[in-house]
Amino acid sequence: MSAVGREVSSSAPTAAWRRKLVPYGLLLPGGLWLIIFFVVPMLRLVSVSLQTGIYPRYRFAWAWSNYAELVTNYGGQAVNSLVYAFLATAIAFLIAYPLAYFIAFRGGRWKNFLLVMLLMPFLMPFLLRTLSWKIILADHGLLVDLLKSVHLLGEDGRLLATGVAVVAGIVYNFLAFMTLPIYVSLEKIDRSLVEAANDLYASPAVAFRKVTFPLSRPGVVAGTLLTFIPAVGDYVNAVLLGTPQQFMIGNVIQSRFLVVLDYPVAAALSFTLMIVTVLLIIPYVRAAGTEDLVA
Amino acid sequence: MDSNDARRRLTGVPRLSQMNPLSRREFLRRMGYGALFVAGGPTLLAACGDGTGDDAAGCTFASTNSGDNKQINFANWTLYIDVLEDGWFETTSLEDFEAATGIKVNYLEEINDNDSWFGKVQGQMTACANIERDIAVLTDWMAARFIRQGWAEELNKANLPNAVNLTDSLKSPGFDPNRTYTLPWQSGLTAIGYNPQLTGRELTSINDIFDPAFAGKVTMLTEMRDTLGLVMLGMGIDPATPSLADAEAATDKIRQNVENGHIRRFTGNDYGDDLTAGNVVAAFAWSGDIIQLQLDNPDLQFVIPDEGLMLWSDNMLIPAGAPNKDAAEQYMNSVYDPRVAAKIESWVNYICPVKGAQQAMRDLGAEIEDEDLVALADDPLIFPDQATLSKTHIFKNLDEEEERQFNDLFQAVIGA
Repeated sequence: MSAVGREVSSSAPTAAWRRKLVPYGLLLPGGLWLIIFFVVPMLRLVSVSLQTGIYPRYRFAWAWSNYAELVTNYGGQAVNSLVYAFLATAIAFLIAYPLAYFIAFRGGRWKNFLLVMLLMPFLMPFLLRTLSWKIILADHGLLVDLLKSVHLLGEDGRLLATGVAVVAGIVYNFLAFMTLPIYVSLEKIDRSLVEAANDLYASPAVAFRKVTFPLSRPGVVAGTLLTFIPAVGDYVNAVLLGTPQQFMIGNVIQSRFLVVLDYPVAAALSFTLMIVTVLLIIPYVRAAGTEDLVA
Repeated sequence: MDSNDARRRLTGVPRLSQMNPLSRREFLRRMGYGALFVAGGPTLLAACGDGTGDDAAGCTFASTNSGDNKQINFANWTLYIDVLEDGWFETTSLEDFEAATGIKVNYLEEINDNDSWFGKVQGQMTACANIERDIAVLTDWMAARFIRQGWAEELNKANLPNAVNLTDSLKSPGFDPNRTYTLPWQSGLTAIGYNPQLTGRELTSINDIFDPAFAGKVTMLTEMRDTLGLVMLGMGIDPATPSLADAEAATDKIRQNVENGHIRRFTGNDYGDDLTAGNVVAAFAWSGDIIQLQLDNPDLQFVIPDEGLMLWSDNMLIPAGAPNKDAAEQYMNSVYDPRVAAKIESWVNYICPVKGAQQAMRDLGAEIEDEDLVALADDPLIFPDQATLSKTHIFKNLDEEEERQFNDLFQAVIGA
């Protein structure tokens, strides 16, 4: 015992140091990753966004006017982005919640099968999935003919190349991101809590409102964020399923960056998009409770 | 000994939440220093981000032929060379070349779009890094940009005796008047593709695309020079010499038709799906695509409009610092052998820039006793006659400033 004690005391300073250093060591891989692949590129993005000039001769000039272009030139596309992303998130939620509920509580032995079915479309490339919507929504397709015959769509009406098609495409492409987190949090719910509510004379609706839904909220928050954030920046659905009137801010960034070679404005728009998204999310997460996100 | 200490001894690691307040604050403070250190970067970044292009003048590319010239990396567009599947022959032109010369060709179908490919390589090219491509096939204006930036190697004409077979109409384009840097891979026509069953009438003019009867059922191309060029021709403006005002007039016309919903979309070659599905009745289209689409839908027609049509080419060039330049030139030379050109053409169906390829295709057809291949040699969209070629126009070779202005106008109209 004394030998052990002596050994501990002799190496105590080193051990103390090691203890102090270990948390930093643990942070190192993730921290370095963040610094190299997020912080540095982000600073570079901000620096580029304040430059002016014609490719490839940009110079740094505190050109804040690049940021004004969002409002002056691309207000329409910015509004499209927010509206489509919001609608798509809401619709995806309305589809995903009952779906996740069914799989979690009524799936029984089919549970795994149903989850695989949910993920099956994701084995197909993103572009192909989006292009398939062109077949479903085609001007002379079954769906359009059906809607025309019940007069929900005018004689010259169409679905493809409209905002409806763009929102449908976004909903479909992000549906699994909404469903899976909700499923996981529903699955984790202790059934005896629901039973207890029933025992205490809660009707199924009340039990759902007071027990099941609040307990599934972490999944709802995660799902809506996982859908909304990528949807705001999406541009593929607008290109393939929309017309220029449906273009979103992602389309502008893509064209400024790749076609016009206007890197400063592209960078300013990207950075603004990020800030706006964060500003929108903060009150949402606050209201929903941060614990929900990490629970 | 409290339980925290016990756990600490077990794991040897204090948790952040278990540190005493002071040390936690200390920890966060140090992280703050780290962040500050990183945040000190902007000065540095502003300095390095400043004048990206000025670096280009400061650096030099590695000398060419640093490789062993036993293999080349060839960056090309998708579906742009003969393959065995659906082909006429037992071997591909690439296999023939490898057998004859022992040079291995790494054929990379990596260019889907000039702009995206440029976006991919521009960072490395700006820093004079080797992009490990010995040949890249780029459309006229992108080839022009590479030449302007000093990113293209001068071709060694001594290695290219077959280049004399280059067709006359492509011998001196504005961006490379003596073909110092480039040789065409394929060229093609841009005009209108349409389905007469759905339009209900024959189209003869570019302006037919603005017929109110086709509202919401026509598309144009995202490729600025093709769409602006055709609209200009329809307005009586010569696309070889447009002023900025001409470009404004043409984009105004397009804008009106976007805003009233007449033009449905601007597309790459995905207009083909819409055209065959009948979502679109007429589209600005590329000749080679229409030949391919006619296999699915024989009704489709390609109009040679009264006002004229656009001619473009995709050009082989050697990116600066290419390690196997001699081998690359050897390959380029082989493509200008009429028989090789005819073989590639039999699959690709764009316009062959090689003189003698039409006769070579007839000969090849006779050798393998295939009448269809002989007949293909008489397709006016693959080997256009002089009357058609005389109606073609090549878009102006824009300088940097004009390119930016035209792009600005056009991109604003097509929605971005």
